[in-house]
Amino acid sequence: MTSKQKAGIMNTSTTLVYDGSFNGFLTAVFVAFDEKLNVTDIQKNSQTQSGLFSDTETVFTHVEKAKRVWNGIRNKSHNAISNVYFAFLSETEGMELMLYTYIQKLMRTKNGKYLDYSDPIVLHIAQLAKKVGREKHRMEAFVRFQLTKDEIYFANIEPDFDVLPLISKHFRDRYADQKWLIYDVKRKYGIYYDLDHVEMVSLNLKDIHHNKTIKSDAFATEEYEYQTLWNDYFKSTNIASRINPKLHTQHVPKRYWKYLSEKKEAV
Amino acid sequence: MNFERIREKLNILADAAKYDVSCASSGSDRTNKTKGLGNASKMGICHSYTADGRCVSLLKILLTNHCIFDCAYCVTRKSNDVPRAAFKVQEVVDLTINFYRRNYIEGLFLSSGIFKSPDHTMERLVAVAKKLREEENFNGYIHLKSIPGASDELMYEAGLYADRLSVNIEVPTISGLKLLAPDKKHEDFTKPMEKVKNEIVRYKSEQKIIKSTPKYAPAGQSTQMIVGASGESDKDIMYSATYYYKTYNMKRVYYSGYVPVTHDSRLPAIGSQVPMLRENRLYQTDWLLRFYGFSIGEILNKQHPNLDMDVDPKLSWALRNLHYFPVDVNTADKRLLARIPGIGMQSVDKIMKARKFRKLNWDHLKKIGVALNRAQYFMVCDSRHWERRDLDADKIKGMVLQNSKGKFRNQYSTQLSLFN
Repeated sequence: MTSKQKAGIMNTSTTLVYDGSFNGFLTAVFVAFDEKLNVTDIQKNSQTQSGLFSDTETVFTHVEKAKRVWNGIRNKSHNAISNVYFAFLSETEGMELMLYTYIQKLMRTKNGKYLDYSDPIVLHIAQLAKKVGREKHRMEAFVRFQLTKDEIYFANIEPDFDVLPLISKHFRDRYADQKWLIYDVKRKYGIYYDLDHVEMVSLNLKDIHHNKTIKSDAFATEEYEYQTLWNDYFKSTNIASRINPKLHTQHVPKRYWKYLSEKKEAV
Repeated sequence: MNFERIREKLNILADAAKYDVSCASSGSDRTNKTKGLGNASKMGICHSYTADGRCVSLLKILLTNHCIFDCAYCVTRKSNDVPRAAFKVQEVVDLTINFYRRNYIEGLFLSSGIFKSPDHTMERLVAVAKKLREEENFNGYIHLKSIPGASDELMYEAGLYADRLSVNIEVPTISGLKLLAPDKKHEDFTKPMEKVKNEIVRYKSEQKIIKSTPKYAPAGQSTQMIVGASGESDKDIMYSATYYYKTYNMKRVYYSGYVPVTHDSRLPAIGSQVPMLRENRLYQTDWLLRFYGFSIGEILNKQHPNLDMDVDPKLSWALRNLHYFPVDVNTADKRLLARIPGIGMQSVDKIMKARKFRKLNWDHLKKIGVALNRAQYFMVCDSRHWERRDLDADKIKGMVLQNSKGKFRNQYSTQLSLFN
């Protein structure tokens, strides 16, 4: 018996399991719409939890199906599709089901539903997307490249959300004439630009280079001189009589300090 | 590169530049077309923040702090006994490029003390920008200071390489200028502003006809005024700011609470408090004028030459104009919504969109982000609960103050605290 028949006969509810990728999630949405499932949850295969009264169905990522969902939402609004993508990258618990409900609402109602900030789900997704957008912007600001001996500008980051896919274009456009690599320590993958295109890489990092007091010989000799100049500069811009630590940490939350060369001494 | 020597110079010349509060890197959309280095981000990026909470976006330095002028408020004035230094053009270029490649900065903000003559100084500033653009293929943000008294030819050239140009007016009134900066004439400041404004207008109109017209100062002009140095009122400051916005199409006017740097009988003594709350109120007013549709006469006029310190200028205006309220958020037009205290432009936008779907109640407004502690006295929504008492302005003000806390509260609270 296919799940379509099952749903039709017993109206059972289904938990969809996908591979954790965005395309995988969109495929799950496709399957749910296509088979008219009564979805109770959409879960990553790395963290499944089966419910007592629902069936579990594993979804295999299918790029064509994902694309149809992507286009379907985008035809409703460009704003909505970017909200969906950004909110997805927040990796928050229960975000998949919330997004599924959001997409259902978008498809069922008249155009412009994504602007209905009086609908709790719509407002929540918009706020979630905003948070991820803020983190993207932060990472564009807080990446600190260090020049390695083999002429690659290297940076570690540890963002709250999975924003590497979102910042890739910014760095490619800006640093078109230098090789660079940005590595997400938490999610264990990076993006590398080889003067031609950006690709995803995984690394076997022995140590994470965020402690200035131990100088690594992987970096070019002038690297630490420039870090010193930058740290000096940072200190001299401060106006002591205007000190405002609360505002400072509001703009630069402490969790980012260890990756910022100007804040290393404070860590 | 002699690292130790550069380090010394950087310490002196960055320290002297920090009193210039402008650090904006926004407003330009220069792209990286030729696979060179850098581009400008339209919204600007703050790469770090100082311990006083100001944005660090640009490498902000002086080319030199040698100066032939003796302006009382300025730390690099001729008569001040401070260590002096000067960068070579190539040194500034190298620093900028190397900081930029490490993603420390959005670009360069180059100012200078005036050595030999205004033109001689301006020429050097332009040389740095030109070298960055033409030799280093650098497309990041460049902000150059227009040196008061510089010639039209140099100002023209500066705009070809820079994204933003600025002249700091510093003293908001002409009488104050005479007192504090006797070597400078008011026209020295306005002449370069006028030139740059006219060029921007000319280039924009040419761009409409010939698409490939090069950019001319795409992020416009800005200026700065010192607050609390020469006894001017808030009205003096804001009327003069409005004048610069209108006359010279300024993108921004900055207000800088005066930080005493010198012993001078004409100025507040060293150690006196920086007027940060006043600065904050002036920025709020600036925002009301530029984004909220207020006109200057509504906020500051003969009867009210100074802003209230204990409440924000919008609330203060609303309390003087209770006859406009309460406003119904479900029907009022955008202009009126923006005038309700506690509702910012972001909330106005959300309200306008959301109310097409249903009538909004208190709960919706709270979730959207409206500051109900202020807004509740000035509006009605889809609810039977609203402020029915006939409250006068003093009552409302008292209740708002009672139910809110601000970081400056200790500076204006008249109530004595019991335990310290």
